Amino acid sequence: MRNLIILFAFALFAFIPQAWAAEPILIGVAGSFSGDLAPYGIPPKNTVMLAAEELNKKGGLLGRRVKIIAQDDVCQPNAATIVASKLMDQKVIAVIGHICSGATNAALSVYRGKKLLVISPSATLPSLTLNGQNPYFFRTIPHDAVQAIRQADFIVDKLKYKQIAIVHDKGDYGKGLAHQLKEALKKRGITPLLFEGVTPGAVDYSALIHKLKRLRPQIVAFGGYHPEASKIVTQARKKGLKMDFISGDGVKDPSFLKIGRQFVEGYYATSPADISTQPLTLEVLKKLKARGQTPGNFGLQAHAAFTALVKAIQAAHSTDPDQIKAALQKNEAQTTLGKIRFDAKGDVIGSGFSVYQVKKGAFIAVD
Amino acid sequence: MDGQYFFELAFSGLTRGSIYALIALGYTMVYGILGLINFAHGEVYMISAFVGLTAAAICSLLGFSLWAVLLLTLLFAAAYGAAYGYTIEKVAYRPLRGANRLAPLISAIGMSIFLREYVILAQTADFVAFPSLLYNLVEVDFLSDYIGSGELILTLVSLTVLGGLFLFLRYTQTGRAMRAIEQDREMAMLLGVKVDQVISLTFVIGSALAAVGAVLISSHMGQINYNIGFLVGIKAFTAAVLGGIGSVAGAALGGLVLGLVEAFAAGYVSSDYEDVFAFGCLVLILIFRPAGILGQQQSEKV
Repeated sequence: MRNLIILFAFALFAFIPQAWAAEPILIGVAGSFSGDLAPYGIPPKNTVMLAAEELNKKGGLLGRRVKIIAQDDVCQPNAATIVASKLMDQKVIAVIGHICSGATNAALSVYRGKKLLVISPSATLPSLTLNGQNPYFFRTIPHDAVQAIRQADFIVDKLKYKQIAIVHDKGDYGKGLAHQLKEALKKRGITPLLFEGVTPGAVDYSALIHKLKRLRPQIVAFGGYHPEASKIVTQARKKGLKMDFISGDGVKDPSFLKIGRQFVEGYYATSPADISTQPLTLEVLKKLKARGQTPGNFGLQAHAAFTALVKAIQAAHSTDPDQIKAALQKNEAQTTLGKIRFDAKGDVIGSGFSVYQVKKGAFIAVD
Repeated sequence: MDGQYFFELAFSGLTRGSIYALIALGYTMVYGILGLINFAHGEVYMISAFVGLTAAAICSLLGFSLWAVLLLTLLFAAAYGAAYGYTIEKVAYRPLRGANRLAPLISAIGMSIFLREYVILAQTADFVAFPSLLYNLVEVDFLSDYIGSGELILTLVSLTVLGGLFLFLRYTQTGRAMRAIEQDREMAMLLGVKVDQVISLTFVIGSALAAVGAVLISSHMGQINYNIGFLVGIKAFTAAVLGGIGSVAGAALGGLVLGLVEAFAAGYVSSDYEDVFAFGCLVLILIFRPAGILGQQQSEKV
């Protein structure tokens, strides 16, 4: 009897795949998992965990198990540098993260020169890739200037407008986007007729409306969020102004339509392309829901970052950073964001912005 | 700069200013009588907007005409706003009447936080659409180049209400009682003025005015949320200080001056600097007239 048990034990051991015997492949996830900005960091961690579990069920990566090491940087630069050192000590082959641009920038100063692949799902500060100092940094979210360039392209090439007024809400996001748009237009030799900020929550914008009426722009680009956007366009329409309006993803929100009603018809908004209809995305969303989790703002971007990394490792048949980097740039990967790859600077190709327009009370993709 | 643009801006400033004036009156009347800055006033404005939304929805459902809806909404919101003002005074200020000056101030801030959180919990933290009650209600041909229907009604209604208040304070028994308490509360009490009742009435009137302003502005802007009282409250308070806090005519004048300065700054310079000009103007006036434009210099007994 005793012999039989030993035999059984040996037989069982033999069934365990070779892979589990080898050392696991370590992948770091860094971001804000606590504090004010936790809603941005937790969904990416969850989606990467989910993707890693599924990968292990299917036999792992290069015959080895994948183990995720999550580190909380609270979106603070000083914490991010400590987290970065910890991850490097643990010999991770890549990091999915960080979440906030400031923290990512700080962490990159630690990773720099160490040939460690870092893929952020959410850091949109343009200089992170554009300054050329981080050759192993990638991101699955387009940076802030991309949206403004997309707006400029649409206004100038599609609508053929040259008379443009830019208004913003003086906030980081709104003013930043407005400023990027101004720069993008400048490269095309266009100076906006107006560039100024309004105070959110003011009781009346009629002075600005009268100014617009006098300047007669063909389009008003508003950098900011939907409440002010709908107030401004509503007041303009009530005064009989017929020019077009365009904003960024801060306006493409259901409450914009609900509150603006007939006055926001025809309003343009750029926003990340709609991916919710893709089978892979639907599957991931369903699995997250079954676990009681949500994709948040950046969960799908993180899932895509992990998938692209895995595909690149499989294609390269190695964990050598240079080979993975080449594969990330060369091969398209089917992800929750659609088919994506990365350009020479590390910015995502294939996951961009679409232009939407309000038609009959709904946002319809027009470009 | 052409004349039309100037008048457009002037009317824009008038619209803004008359609203500031309407709300500034609430601050200034309470200050005049109690020496208290009612920080919950902006929240009464906000809650009245929510009440107005409900009233407008019910009236529209019942199929009244636009004018009737506007009138009923104004009355309903004013009544509710007045009730809130009355209750706030009873609950938060009256028990502290004899206390240290700071106590009612803290109580006012507490009340303001309470009302905001109450609306977030009981209603919503999101923006809600407010029906455009004023849009295309009247069309005055010779003015339509300068001012829209909404702004015209807004300005007229607020100026009428302001005028009504002046007449009330000047010529009625209660108005006289209010002025008497403002001058010397103890003496008024000795002469048989029902001080508590008059103070309650002050809150009722101030809150009703804020409610009227709330309905007008909300239907002009088309949306409300729990936070709309904050900036309006600050601007109206600034207007009250500018005009001389405690002085009713001063609050009205301060509101109009603030509105005009903002509109011209936004129109001729940039709306970036709207607030800079508004507060710069406040600083200048306070340097030369520390009690405000129409405020009376008060000598305190030492």
